[in-house]
Amino acid sequence: MDEYGISMRRLLLIGIGTCILGLTCIFTVSSAEENGTWQVGRAATKDEIKAWNIDVSSTGEGLPAGQGTVKQGVQVFAAKCAMCHGPTGTEGPKDKLVGGRNTLASPKPVRTVGSYWPYAPTLYDYINRAMPFNAPGSLTPEEIYSVIAWLLFKNEIVPEDAVMDAKSLPQVQMPNRDGFIPDQRPDVP
Amino acid sequence: MDGGLRHISRRRFLVQSATLTALGTAALALPNVSAEEPKAPDNPMRVPGALPRPYGERAPFEQQMRLGGGGPGAPHGWGANAPNNFNSLTPLQDLHGVITPSSLHFERHHNGVPLIDPARHRLMIHGLVERPMVFTREDLERLPDVSRLAFVECSGNTWDGWRNEPGDFTVQDTHGLTSTSEWTGVKLSTLLDVVGARREASWMLAEGSDAAGLDRSVPLTNDVIEEAIICYGQNGEALRPEQGYPLRLLLPGFEGNINVKWLRRLKLGTEPFMTRWETAKYTDLLPNGKAYQFSLVMDAKSVITNPSGKQQIQPGLQEIRGLAWTGRGKVTKVEVSADGGRTWQAAELQDPVLAKCHTRFRLPWRWKGQEAILQSRCIDETGYVQPTREALVKVRGTNSTYHYNGIQSWKVERDGRVRNIYA
Repeated sequence: MDEYGISMRRLLLIGIGTCILGLTCIFTVSSAEENGTWQVGRAATKDEIKAWNIDVSSTGEGLPAGQGTVKQGVQVFAAKCAMCHGPTGTEGPKDKLVGGRNTLASPKPVRTVGSYWPYAPTLYDYINRAMPFNAPGSLTPEEIYSVIAWLLFKNEIVPEDAVMDAKSLPQVQMPNRDGFIPDQRPDVP
Repeated sequence: MDGGLRHISRRRFLVQSATLTALGTAALALPNVSAEEPKAPDNPMRVPGALPRPYGERAPFEQQMRLGGGGPGAPHGWGANAPNNFNSLTPLQDLHGVITPSSLHFERHHNGVPLIDPARHRLMIHGLVERPMVFTREDLERLPDVSRLAFVECSGNTWDGWRNEPGDFTVQDTHGLTSTSEWTGVKLSTLLDVVGARREASWMLAEGSDAAGLDRSVPLTNDVIEEAIICYGQNGEALRPEQGYPLRLLLPGFEGNINVKWLRRLKLGTEPFMTRWETAKYTDLLPNGKAYQFSLVMDAKSVITNPSGKQQIQPGLQEIRGLAWTGRGKVTKVEVSADGGRTWQAAELQDPVLAKCHTRFRLPWRWKGQEAILQSRCIDETGYVQPTREALVKVRGTNSTYHYNGIQSWKVERDGRVRNIYA
């Protein structure tokens, strides 16, 4: 024992000291976690949240000021949408947006804004963030409300003199509003 | 398919994308294709080999590659169809084990792969939280991390199975929209603690910073809170751009689309947000015209990868190999049939069998030159048995587009050619 220059007593003291140190460390780490005091991230400012919070809910929460008419929508659609969706929204080559009513239970369902899309306000959410495909996020609120008015008119959901804005859009009842059911799986016997 | 196509340079693709973006060009960048003939010395023992290099590449003789694809019915490949590709499929027939090399992980994006500078990227968490906060990737890397293996499968994988006639497909064509990686990041629960999520928060909008601004509503169930990871790592390095660099959401077992890539925002609320992606798309249309919504879990599935479509086998002993997986936990059993489902035999499962992860199975089989129909079926820990195509179509019809998980049938002809059939 003594040949290593260390006594049992000293070893014991070092052992106890290490244990105390260890326990202190464990306590410090766990209390930091429990109190949620990881020093990471920073508070989001009100302006940041306002700028980032672009989603529009199914009930219209998040719709901005502005308005648009079917008549204005004719021009917006022709200029910015028709190249992918066709002159009347039925030709493609990309998603068909008009028509398809009463086809969902047929062998060849046509899923469009009119036949399938369940909530009018989320048209705003999608068009605002993702369209047109070659310049997403470039449309003004007026252009978006207008093109929505045109799409809803072409799908025979609103009259030709309809004006779309944050108040009127959530009032629009979409034909396939009740077309969705919760996941029933496992559903195959 | 593409004649001389040999090698696709990721670096050039990215540079090209960035250049186009900088120019404000509307078109998406096309993959750059170049042919490079590998030259090996006559005797590698007589010449010194290559020096160390900073970032490895596979041997130049290995040319396995993803296959470009569009929607149902669109041709696959990198030829004339490339401008219309919006996904790429993993070459399952060429892979070993269960991990998908990051370079071969399938892709699905909704307006191209964004190039994001991680120094400028931010994740905001707000809504029903005590402390709305903004995080950098560095912030997230400082929090306790977690790693796990998990498959990610596009719910449109095997969508051709809904077609009335079977196509002349490889397993890459039919099943290539699933991949497995080791994912690393911060548990969602850790971040929810940091921001102080309110008790009433039951849904969370996850939003990407790609050109589609893809947004999905995530139900904040106990399982989701326990298992969801905000990832920055994939197979030991940073996420690949195609898989969401610098940050993505991982919801193990859930359909690919909700594992939002290029994640920039989480907003907590009390209702689903009913975005386009969970209403007009990614809903499963049934014969009666109604559609399943929030059908998020990927059901049990399996496929024989060798032998598989368009391969040629020789008489004698073979090892049937394949992959099985389920979004509902662990695979407990895989059975293989060589007679179109009349008789079944249990395959060996490669350890470790992990929950919500590809599982490799194998079974020796002697082929004597007869016609055969090879099938596999997966049974998971809930007792669920992968259904036949017939049983699946009987319930869901053929208009669902998503969540096809019927048993795959490969017909072996007398000459040893293998082809996709419905049996």
